Amino acid sequence: MPRSLIEVDNLSFGFRGQATDLVEGVSLALNRNETLCIVGESGCGKSVTALSLMGLLPPDATRISSGTITFEGEAIPADDFRRLSTLRGDRMAMIFQEPMTSLNPAYKIGDQITEAVRAHRGGSKAEARDRALQALEQVGIPAAKQRLGEYPHQLSGGMRQRVMIAMALVNDPSVLIADEPTTALDVTVQAQILDLIASLQDRSGMGTIMITHDLGVVAQVATRVAVMYAGRIVEIGTAQEIFDDPQHPYTIGLMSSVPKLTGPRQRLSTVPGLVPTPDRMPEGCRFATRCPFAQSVCATVPPLAPVAGDHRVACHFAPLETRLEAV
Amino acid sequence: MAETILEAVDLKKHFRSGGGLGRKASTVRAVDGVSLKVRQGETFAIVGESGCGKSTLARLLMRLLEPTEGDALFEGKSIAGLKGRELRELRREMQFVFQDPFSSLNPRMTVGKLIGEPLEVHAPSLSASDRRAKVAELLGRVGLRPEHADRYPHEFSGGQRQRIGIARALATGPRVLIGDEPVSALDVSVQAQVINRLHDLKDEFDLTLVIIAHDLAVIRHMSDRVAVMYLGQIVELGTADQVFETPRHPYTRALLSAVPEPVFGTARERIALNGETPSPANPPAGCRFHTRCPFARPDCATRVPELREIADGQSAACHYSEEITAEHGSGSHPEPPARTAGAERRFALYAQAIADRQA
Repeated sequence: MPRSLIEVDNLSFGFRGQATDLVEGVSLALNRNETLCIVGESGCGKSVTALSLMGLLPPDATRISSGTITFEGEAIPADDFRRLSTLRGDRMAMIFQEPMTSLNPAYKIGDQITEAVRAHRGGSKAEARDRALQALEQVGIPAAKQRLGEYPHQLSGGMRQRVMIAMALVNDPSVLIADEPTTALDVTVQAQILDLIASLQDRSGMGTIMITHDLGVVAQVATRVAVMYAGRIVEIGTAQEIFDDPQHPYTIGLMSSVPKLTGPRQRLSTVPGLVPTPDRMPEGCRFATRCPFAQSVCATVPPLAPVAGDHRVACHFAPLETRLEAV
Repeated sequence: MAETILEAVDLKKHFRSGGGLGRKASTVRAVDGVSLKVRQGETFAIVGESGCGKSTLARLLMRLLEPTEGDALFEGKSIAGLKGRELRELRREMQFVFQDPFSSLNPRMTVGKLIGEPLEVHAPSLSASDRRAKVAELLGRVGLRPEHADRYPHEFSGGQRQRIGIARALATGPRVLIGDEPVSALDVSVQAQVINRLHDLKDEFDLTLVIIAHDLAVIRHMSDRVAVMYLGQIVELGTADQVFETPRHPYTRALLSAVPEPVFGTARERIALNGETPSPANPPAGCRFHTRCPFARPDCATRVPELREIADGQSAACHYSEEITAEHGSGSHPEPPARTAGAERRFALYAQAIADRQA
């Protein structure tokens, strides 16, 4: 069996009617029992990248420019929406930020999970119901049997997210994609949900792709980290490389902007300006319009080049401390 | 010590909830006996998880809600009975900044009109051209340009809209600004811009800030003193340094331990809380936190703890605060491990470049 569960090679796509690709040249790999975090701010393309892996982009409105998704050894062109959607809910599952809008309010929880089992596995209703009950118990829902007959509005936010996770994992997928799974939750509940995902991953060996804007969550759960800005990966490496030895000015700016619980309480360094809109993407390095180090060479696209091992960064001036001073 | 500008005296707000269709109505004790003093010129933060009553408390403090019991005092004067001109006067002195800059600005009004509107109400003698000049000045203060006055809210990003909301709040020359999650809807890089801006404006306008938030790191960064709320009551109150370095209530300890720090290798032992927050319609007897407290002892279920001073300027509502600290240590976040020397150099270069650019 191949080591990588999923490999994304040179994925680029945009929406029809727009000349620029929203996501450009994204390559990623996810291994068994690993968590890959894709981190970035609103509009950086992290969520649409996840949707594209699941075949969830609207086919009529999407223009795939390039890309192959290799799933457990099977190479699937990124525009084969049909093949990708047969994997969805079965081999790949996804959970979203807002569990209330992802669950159908008119159906009982048990029926929604049972449907997910039977759609992919067939079998009798009773078998599927047993499986659903097991899944709810697995995610630590108290009085699981009783919950099967309840509606989503009868649960708290944390419990709803547990139900979403149960539903996602009911068919034992090998890849879980979690899009801001704890953003809507209180911090103590967030901690419980992150622990739950980690323990389920340990048990099954699945790989998780977690999309988040929260660097604290990343530091806690990530094996590897990809930092996205304006549709491109600007830096990728192990969690330790990204946090202890960040290279890209955007990664550094993002980390400088986050208030922390320790260390001196000083004025935050920010990332000045705003994210460029898709119709006004700068030529060359897309971060150049906000980068305090930008120079004329930044009008050409910097390659995502290795710093050490698998740690890669897309900046003409990496490493900053030697290259900047040489200029 | 600075003077008290805003005070809550045993404030309570109970809402009736449910009822109808043969069901029994219940009483939600959103705020249930809160007393606190906000000092002139400080940034006072109220922190807690959803449903703890922090937003209700903020609205009581500026009389956007009528208290069920108790009172709020502005400069020593009760605001409960204010009407007409006196109430308008209070509105001018205290302004609110809302969480969601997408729903709190009227989409049909230009930015100039939005910021000028409070002036029409509170400074009707101002001529139209003076008002325009004032709007332009306010836009400049929050980091926008005068020509933005002719545009509509949808033309702006979230961070810019939040600045518009702040400019609008500043228009009447208030002395107190109350922000309900003023930066939580913003992206990290933009959030940092707005936090810095609020800090500068506080100095420039000699403001007192009351910040309601759930993000503990943001609170630590912005505030001088902090009140931690749980189920409608204050469980801990102290300076930011005290609350974050030596938390004295088990709930504060648990909250702090649950926050993931954006630093590699700081995964630490968390204080796991049992179950979920009980409903404020039916809070537990005794200490309201005892059902979830990992340190609870039998009498916590029956004896109500008072908010009592434990260190100079720091209070907590816990019978066993001293014993817990003695047994389990201070409860502060450990200092993070160092980054590589190259990374430290890069962060310094970045901070310098940003400072140069802003100068």
